[in-house]
Amino acid sequence: MMPLQRISRLLLAVSALTLISVYFVPLWRILLWAPQYPEGLEMKIWINNLSGDVKIISALNHYIGMKHIEVSMFPEFGYMIYIVGGIIAVGLLAALWGKRAGLLAYLGVMVFVGLAALVDFYLWGYDYGHNLNPDAAIKVEGMSYQPPLIGTKVLLNFTAFSGPDSGGWIFILNGVVLLGIIYFEWHAHKEVPKIRTKVE
Amino acid sequence: MKTFTRSIVILALIGFGVSMNSCAPKGPKGAITGDAASKVYVAPGQYDEFYNIVSGGFNGQMGIYGLPSGRLFRIIPVFSQFPENGYGYSEESKAMLNTSHGYVPWDDLHHIALSVTNGVHDGRWAFGNANNTPRVARVDLKTFHTAEIIELPNSGGNHSSPFITENSEYVVAGTRFSVPMGDKTDVPISSFKQNFKGTISFIGVDKTTGNMNIAFQLVTPGVNFDLARAGKGPSGGWFFFSCYNTEQAYTLLEVNASQKDKDFIMAVNWKKAEEYMKAGKGKKVKSKYAHNVLDEKTNMTTSTMMEEVLQLDPTELKDILYFIPCPKSPHGCDTDPTGEYIIGSGKLAALIPVFSFTKIQQAIANKDFEGEFAGIPVIKYESALHGEVKKPGLGPLHTEFDANGNAYTSFFVSSEIVKWNVKTLQVLDRVPTYYSIGHLCVPGGPTAKPWGKYVIAYNKITKDRYLPTGPELTQSAQLYDISGDKMQLLLDFPTVGEPHYAEAIPANLVSPNSVKFYKIEDNGHPYAAKGEKEARVERKGNQVHVYMTAIRSHLTPDNIEGVKVGDDVYFHVTNLEQDWDVPHGFAIKGALNAELLIMPGETQSLKWQPKTVGVFPFYCTDFCSALHQEMQGYIRVSPASSNVPLKFSTGKIETEGTGAN
Repeated sequence: MMPLQRISRLLLAVSALTLISVYFVPLWRILLWAPQYPEGLEMKIWINNLSGDVKIISALNHYIGMKHIEVSMFPEFGYMIYIVGGIIAVGLLAALWGKRAGLLAYLGVMVFVGLAALVDFYLWGYDYGHNLNPDAAIKVEGMSYQPPLIGTKVLLNFTAFSGPDSGGWIFILNGVVLLGIIYFEWHAHKEVPKIRTKVE
Repeated sequence: MKTFTRSIVILALIGFGVSMNSCAPKGPKGAITGDAASKVYVAPGQYDEFYNIVSGGFNGQMGIYGLPSGRLFRIIPVFSQFPENGYGYSEESKAMLNTSHGYVPWDDLHHIALSVTNGVHDGRWAFGNANNTPRVARVDLKTFHTAEIIELPNSGGNHSSPFITENSEYVVAGTRFSVPMGDKTDVPISSFKQNFKGTISFIGVDKTTGNMNIAFQLVTPGVNFDLARAGKGPSGGWFFFSCYNTEQAYTLLEVNASQKDKDFIMAVNWKKAEEYMKAGKGKKVKSKYAHNVLDEKTNMTTSTMMEEVLQLDPTELKDILYFIPCPKSPHGCDTDPTGEYIIGSGKLAALIPVFSFTKIQQAIANKDFEGEFAGIPVIKYESALHGEVKKPGLGPLHTEFDANGNAYTSFFVSSEIVKWNVKTLQVLDRVPTYYSIGHLCVPGGPTAKPWGKYVIAYNKITKDRYLPTGPELTQSAQLYDISGDKMQLLLDFPTVGEPHYAEAIPANLVSPNSVKFYKIEDNGHPYAAKGEKEARVERKGNQVHVYMTAIRSHLTPDNIEGVKVGDDVYFHVTNLEQDWDVPHGFAIKGALNAELLIMPGETQSLKWQPKTVGVFPFYCTDFCSALHQEMQGYIRVSPASSNVPLKFSTGKIETEGTGAN
């Protein structure tokens, strides 16, 4: 099995370690604008918490029968810290091991966790937007209020946006770096010996 | 090639990142187009084109603004005390705030109704409702004074008020809260369906004096009445009321009164009700309520406690009431200038139903009913419907009209005014409001002859529109030009209290009649001193009456002695001036009430109860002249047991007192 270049192992270790920062920055954000809220309302999703205008959003959404958003709604907050810890560990181990298989395993974990997170968020959004209180004051026929998975969507008088926050961007950056390393490893090894012969 | 691919990937990533962060919708910036400033500029010394008579909401008053400038001219005290001019504190005006519960110093004034003749503004009176302790007030537009207040028995939350018939025959007062009434008032709240009833009071308005009396009350099923409008022209004999809570909930109405898909517009054939009343079909019911009237000659208010009211029962007297289903808790209920169309605004609905008076009449004639609600026939929705305005916006509240067949509806939730054509039901234009508009006003908008030109938004949320003043903010109104096809925002102007409904009337219908001062020879006040010679002090037991005059720049008398601790001292101050804008004020140290602000030719009285011995200063509070600061005096208060003789003077220099007496 091909060993990894030292630079790749170093980059892999450093990028895995940067993931520690996602314990301290928000991962995702949801923004809402309405005519009455030109400055926008914001909800930030952290690794184990919510912040921002959560209470204001809940107070507005209860008219259409949406649930109050609570930290306890998300069992994910209980184990997300371990999942991210696991990802960092896999990344570091891959760097230590220094084999292509480790790199691929790390990629697999990243892709799996990333997709799982999106699916999980979609399912929550679906439930939040569809599972409405039948006693709600405002019922608009045929209307559901699922927030967008990524991007912008108009929901009654609100324009909603959903997208990564700093933590999410760090993850995306990690993925990009990882893809970069893989690209480098698979291509560089073919070319490097040629260069060497030239120099020698 | 590879470099190219890599560049594309990187560019795509950057593009993705940028688009993620630049998705905010465009804010209110740039909403002003064209030369708005010149359209609202009223040059110094020039007059505005319209009076805007604006309810004050929780300040209990009416605000008088000019349009298009948005300048505030005056606050007329109506249902709340006003220390600024002594309203509700002076001996003359206290009775105006009397009720069957006693003296009520505050209320919540929501709606304005200007008097009309043949459906057109006549500039005589402005009516306002008290929402909390149910009352209706009449403001005289010659003096801009509250001239009369009548209390409404068997009512709770007088919200559906004071809407007016097309010749000012009646002003109505529909109860928001249904309440138990008659002999059975101590009942469990949970017995709502059985014991709670609504009432609609028809307050008769005298054609010449404007004096009000409760002609009759319609007893209705227990629902909440929200707003109303009289018919016009062909529908002139009818009145339309929006009702919600047909679920008859008595708790958590937010949820429990929002369950039915449709509530009702209640159509009232008031001409028919009037016939029944004249035929003696009503029932006199014991009910206590106050009726307070200002006598212009004496400037005194008299409060009379009334004992009974005439009630009509529409379940027994047929053909008075009909219900028309209307989607989702209707709020506004507005009739267009022709009187043919009735617009119901379901505040939780996403469409606007427009009903046709002709169709309602046909449906009644054909007995096209879907059933009964509490003994009252319910007309089929489709049979009464002219059509629906589709997808107009969210949360329609109120509709006003222009003279060209267009309607302007306010939308609270989507915070906008939507212009649409009443006949075709097509949406023509929409403009945002800042923020969450409640009522709106087109000059003459509720009448048979709209004056048009502007629409004013009275917004419920102010937020960032003005320099912040801590958590409590002014309210925000917006003026739009509606003379073109597109509505155009011209001006933001702050409003005091919390305006609900407002009306605007051309200035030339009001300003020529505005009183400049009162003629002193017409002053019939029992305690007036119509000249300095009549100024005096009289003692009646422990009451001391000071007949005082005020003229630039002295008060007569300005030295008073012989008053004792425990006396009730009444200062009856007559302003002897006979010129425009020379009021005098009167204030005395330690007064537990307020000041007086006395207009030329007027007399007002302030009660003062000295608690301690001493010499107390009093002075004129209105900067009346160059020597205003000299307009002052003293009153000496001696112990209760003293025998200091009663004396008074102005300008009299005595040999220096020793302090012996």
